[in-house]
Amino acid sequence: MLTIPPNILRSIQSHGEAAYPNEGAGLLLGQAAEGGKNVVDILPLANEWEAGEQYHRYMLTPQDMLRGETEAARRGLDIIGIFHSHPDHPAEPSNMDRDWAWPWFSYVITSVHQAHAVISRSWLLREDRSAFDEEAIQDASPG
Amino acid sequence: MTTIRIPTPLRPYTNSQAEVPVTGATVGDALSDLTRQYPNLKQHLYNDGGQLRAFVNIFLNDEDIRHIRGADTPVQERDRLMIVPSIAGGGRLA
Repeated sequence: MLTIPPNILRSIQSHGEAAYPNEGAGLLLGQAAEGGKNVVDILPLANEWEAGEQYHRYMLTPQDMLRGETEAARRGLDIIGIFHSHPDHPAEPSNMDRDWAWPWFSYVITSVHQAHAVISRSWLLREDRSAFDEEAIQDASPG
Repeated sequence: MTTIRIPTPLRPYTNSQAEVPVTGATVGDALSDLTRQYPNLKQHLYNDGGQLRAFVNIFLNDEDIRHIRGADTPVQERDRLMIVPSIAGGGRLA
């Protein structure tokens, strides 16, 4: 279970809409919790894949990750996952997503159709790296 | 002793240790010692051909070992190695 406050989920989706027709990405900052993780904030980042291919590829560099770790640690948080968008494509992991995936991280994918976010879904890599399993997203609305 | 910093997604494989002491004269030896101590790390660090996966970066005292001598880079006592992820992926094939 991945718990995301509604305003944070909206920020993730807005980032994907702003990046359209390219893919947008960033880091999920938060904490591990019993039975899952809680997203507390995001760190939106620039897509570092080569410019002409960003419509279907994204990259975050090791320097991005070090910066994210520093920012997370400063706030008593961890990097708990990655978010990225799939322009005009379902919110499901591709083979490339799987090939490059880290275990444990939550991968939140937002499908963006014609610059409008349609749905966000979260995925976890299987232990044997053979596939992703969907992880439920819980809306952390107060009350 | 040389230490290796473990990124969050790999800590489930190191009994939650963020820093693991290792022995070895080179970066390659140090990584071998790490996977000897925690064998389940191996599949996430190396591909089927035994090469470090493209998204696994090893930094020696803040410098990427690919810019030094790779796995043959010598390590000294008190050196600090870091495993740093890069992240990539994407949707449509073309």
